[in-house]
Amino acid sequence: MTFTRRSFATTLLAGAVMVPAMVRAQNSPTRIRIGTGVIEPMPIAVPAFVDEGGAGDLARNLAQVVTSDLDGTGLFRTINRDAYISRIQGFDGAIAYEDWRVIKSEVLVVGAVSAAGDRITVKVRAYDIANGQQFEGAAMQFAGTKAGWRRMAHKVADLVYSTLTGEGPYFDSRVVYVAESGPKNARLKRLAVMDYDGANVQYLTDSSSIVLAPRFSPSGDRLLYTSYETGFPRITLLNLANLKRQTLAEQPGTMTFAPRFSPDGGSVVFSLERGGNTDIYKMSLSSGQTQQLTNAPSIETAPSYSPDGSKICFESDRTGGSQIYVMSASGGEGQRISDGAGRNSTPVWSPRGDLIAFTKQNAGRFHIGVMRTDGSEERLLTASFLDEGPTWSPNGRVIMFTRETEGGGGQASLWSVDTFGRNLKQIPTEGAASDPAWSPLLP
Amino acid sequence: MSFTPKALLLVASLGLAACQNPDRYGAGGADGMGGTGGTGGTGYIDTNGLGDPNDPRSIAYFNQTVGDRVLFAVDQNTVSDQGRQVLNGQANWLNQNPGYAIIIEGHADEQGTREYNLALGARRAASVQQYLLSQGVAGSRMRTISYGKERPIEVCSTESCYSKNRRAVTVLSVGAGS
Repeated sequence: MTFTRRSFATTLLAGAVMVPAMVRAQNSPTRIRIGTGVIEPMPIAVPAFVDEGGAGDLARNLAQVVTSDLDGTGLFRTINRDAYISRIQGFDGAIAYEDWRVIKSEVLVVGAVSAAGDRITVKVRAYDIANGQQFEGAAMQFAGTKAGWRRMAHKVADLVYSTLTGEGPYFDSRVVYVAESGPKNARLKRLAVMDYDGANVQYLTDSSSIVLAPRFSPSGDRLLYTSYETGFPRITLLNLANLKRQTLAEQPGTMTFAPRFSPDGGSVVFSLERGGNTDIYKMSLSSGQTQQLTNAPSIETAPSYSPDGSKICFESDRTGGSQIYVMSASGGEGQRISDGAGRNSTPVWSPRGDLIAFTKQNAGRFHIGVMRTDGSEERLLTASFLDEGPTWSPNGRVIMFTRETEGGGGQASLWSVDTFGRNLKQIPTEGAASDPAWSPLLP
Repeated sequence: MSFTPKALLLVASLGLAACQNPDRYGAGGADGMGGTGGTGGTGYIDTNGLGDPNDPRSIAYFNQTVGDRVLFAVDQNTVSDQGRQVLNGQANWLNQNPGYAIIIEGHADEQGTREYNLALGARRAASVQQYLLSQGVAGSRMRTISYGKERPIEVCSTESCYSKNRRAVTVLSVGAGS
C-alpha cells in the first residue's frame, strides 16, 4: 500500500488568457457571497470537456466531478446538460453568450482535455455570462497522470469556486479518518485517507490495534494520531510518503493522546495523563524536548493552535463540565471563552483564524457549533444523538465531523456542514467512519 | 521539563500483559464470559486459562467471586462504598497472590467526546490504583490504561447500559509482580 503525492504542474495560460481583459466589464463581475442569508444556488453550466485527443470518458467524467464539487457546496446549481442550446465546439471557440443567457446560466465553465499515454492535459476557462466575457484570471492549464484525473477536476472546480466567491478553494484536498468495522462492543479501527468527497480511499494501518483521532501536518505530508499499538495509548507520527510510524513522547506510566501539529509543523501539542491527571504538553519534533503548558488537577485536553501559532485553544473541566479556554502558546491558565449552556469541548481553530469550531453536549443532545475566538456569537450548526470532533476545510468555510447513531446497532459516519449550518450532508464511505481530519489544500 | 525513560523492563512485561487483556475486545463480563471476545487473535485469554473458579487462587475466582470491576456515576471517578468493598477484596487477594500483576482499565460511557472520555477513563483507573495502593498493593505491580468510550461492554444507549460501561476493571496477568 502506498500513498504517493503526484507531481502536478499548474500553469496559467498566460497569453491567451490575459488579452480579453482589454474588454472592460460594464457591470461588476458576477459573484456569489457566502453569508448568513438564505442563498439561492447560482445556476451555472458545465458542458462535457472538449476532447482534444485521446480523452475518451474523461471528457464527461471531468465535467461530472466539477459539477459534483460545485453543486455540493449548496452555492451552485449546474443546469441539466440536456437544456444547453450551444455546443462547445472547441476550447478556443467563440462563446454564444445569448444561448447561455436564455437558459439562465450565470457562469459557463469550458474545459478541454487531451491524453497521451499516461499523461493528460486539462485546460479550463470560466465565463461571466451576464458580462459577456471571461472572468479575469479564470483560466488554467494542468498536466498530470491519468490516475490523477479527479485531482485535476477538483482544481478546475477550485478555480471556479474561488473566482465566484472570492474565497480560498478547498476541493483539491484529502481527509484522513478512522474506518470502523465490527459490532459496537468489539469495534475494529484503522486509519484511512480519501479525497474530500470520499473517492480514492487508501488504508494506512491494519485493524490490529485501536487508532483514534488522526490529524494532518500543515504541509499534508505527515499524520499524528493516538494508537494502542504498544498496548497503551500513545501519540504516533506517520509519514505518508513511506507509511513509517514513530511513537512520540514515550514515558512509562503515562498516556499520551489528542495530538495536533503546530502551524509550522515543527512541534506537537498534546495531552499527557499521569496518575489520572491530564495536562497539555508541547514537544519539539526535531529535539524531542517536551514542555508542560498547563498544570492543573483538572482535565486539560483537545489543544488546537491559532493559525498564527500565538495561541492555543483547549478544553478543561476545571469548573465542572468541559468548557473552552484560550491560552498563550507558551502555556498558562488560559481564559475561558465558552459560556453557553451545556458542555463545550473539542475546540478547533479555523484556518482563517476567525472562528473556533467545537462540540456541545447539552440536554442529552450533541451539536457541532462555531463561536468567535472570544467566545461570542455562538452558532450551533447541527443536532443529533452524537455529533463530535469538527475539522475545518482548508478555506475555513466547511466543517466535517463524526455523527454516531443511537443504540446497539449504532454506527459512525462522516458529515459536513457549512459554517452557517447549511448544506448538511453525509460523506460517502465504504463502511462506518469517524474522526475525520481535513488536509491542507494540496499543492 | 524533560522525560527520562525508566523501568523499561517493567513496561515491556506489562505491555505484553495489555495485549492479553480480555476486555479489549469487548469480552470479560463480570462472570468472565459473555461478550464477543476472541476476535482479537492470539492475545485473547480463553476461559480455559482462567483456572477453576472454585480455586480461590485462580483468575476465574478473582473475576467472579472477588469481583474484577467497580462502577462509577456519570462523569465521576470517586469510588463508591460498594466499590470500596470490591477493591478491599481485590487488595486482599493480590496481597495473598503476589505472583500476579494487574492492569487497571478505565472506561467511560458514550456520552462524551472521545478525548475527554480517554482522560476520564484514566481518572477512574487512577482512583482504583490509589485505593489499592492504600490497601497495601505495591505500586510496581499496577499499571493503568484508559479505553475511554472505545470498549463498551453493553451496547444500548440508555442508562442501564451506560452504568455498566462506566467502569474500572482490574485485569490480572501472571508473573510480572517484581
